[in-house]
Amino acid sequence: MEKRTDKNSYTILFAIGMVLVVGSLLAFAAASLKPKIDENRRIEKQQNILYAMGVNNNEEGSVAFISTDVVADEFTKYIKKQIIIQGDKVTEDANAYLIDIKKEQTAAKTASYQRRLPLFIGEKDSKTFYIAPIRGKGLWDAIWAYVAMDKDMVVQGVFFDHTGETAGLGANINKRFFMDDFIGEHLLSNGVFKGIKVAKGNADPLNKDKTDHEIDAIAGATITGDGVSAMLRSELKLYVPYFKTLKTN
Amino acid sequence: MGLLSKKDAQLITDPLTDNNPVTIQVLGICSALAITAELEASLVMAISVLFVLSIGNVVISLMRNIIPSKIRIIVQLIVVAALVIVVDLVLKAFAYELSKTLSVFVGLIITNCIIMGRFEAFALANGPWKAFLDGIGNSLGYGVILIIVGFFRELLGSGTLFGIPVLGDPIAKTGLYSIGYENNGFIIMPPMALIVLGIIIWIQRSRNEALIEEH
Repeated sequence: MEKRTDKNSYTILFAIGMVLVVGSLLAFAAASLKPKIDENRRIEKQQNILYAMGVNNNEEGSVAFISTDVVADEFTKYIKKQIIIQGDKVTEDANAYLIDIKKEQTAAKTASYQRRLPLFIGEKDSKTFYIAPIRGKGLWDAIWAYVAMDKDMVVQGVFFDHTGETAGLGANINKRFFMDDFIGEHLLSNGVFKGIKVAKGNADPLNKDKTDHEIDAIAGATITGDGVSAMLRSELKLYVPYFKTLKTN
Repeated sequence: MGLLSKKDAQLITDPLTDNNPVTIQVLGICSALAITAELEASLVMAISVLFVLSIGNVVISLMRNIIPSKIRIIVQLIVVAALVIVVDLVLKAFAYELSKTLSVFVGLIITNCIIMGRFEAFALANGPWKAFLDGIGNSLGYGVILIIVGFFRELLGSGTLFGIPVLGDPIAKTGLYSIGYENNGFIIMPPMALIVLGIIIWIQRSRNEALIEEH
């Protein structure tokens, strides 16, 4: 005897019903939670930016952001100015940190569009930090970073993050042992932009030489590491003209 | 176990030993290779699968009499994907830090063959309570293997456990490293997980010859 559930009509109706139920459930969940998620993302951005300039609750070996309830105050306290660089034009904008780097990168593919480059200027212990948000590709998905530099483009701190790099391998770019290596590294060599390479077979694993433009790579995470190098090179290069104007003024 | 009948208890204990989903049924190998370079990642994955598989098994089991058999695989896939996505959204809204840690695993959970395998082989034919126990048992069996593999790979590959150095400092040459020991960078690579897994299978079958298939 044919079961009721084997009929074609039943199968089709079931499929339609299932799609409707699951679809509306997911749509409902996504729509009702979106404001909360967006707010979490905004707070995270502020935490990341502050982390890069050394405002964090790090203990030995750990990555700890300042807590979410103080981040708004700390952000206004430390970040003195937010600017948007568009060609030669530099404008101040208190919400520059909300600019979506991904959208800017896509828009910049059309030749007529001049990409907006946000830069956050922070001050801590009478030192000035220039923090650039950048974005690139890892092995599986997007990777991004906040790089804090001084006026000579010497790295003062970084924060890396990723969507879905391999756990235990590429995902380790947001660990201290990787990120801390960048501190003190030079991006410029005699005024020419060279970037920082995530290098295999690095001759300097203790990272004593800060002007070799190289960081020790993570074993098993070659593609992610190459993605980091490429991101630093192509994105930070765009900021070089602005840093040159800092010198002449 | 006074709480469970003997048969129910077997649903939990069998997958831990003679019917292990990874070493006997050879399911879930992809994630066992991918994320066992570190003990912490193994543990997180094991807990996530425990959660998804036990709840998913119950959902499928409740629906088992109304699912049309022709599209049952698609229905199973939708259930597990919807479950994972909803959990991911809720975590993003209310436990953002935790969701950051887990985001890497979401794709791996949905495509984990153990989940589909248990839906297909067990939940479609049994009641919700049994399916729930089966889910717990199989994810524990999966988790145990993951943790064993993760333990050896992290220890031999990086000289650490849960990120804490246990063999000394490889760069400053302290502890074991002072007498010439070196981390085996090769074991960090996914293929070496297969070899560790192979050794576990070997040990298990040599201890219990009933598990060796006849040819």
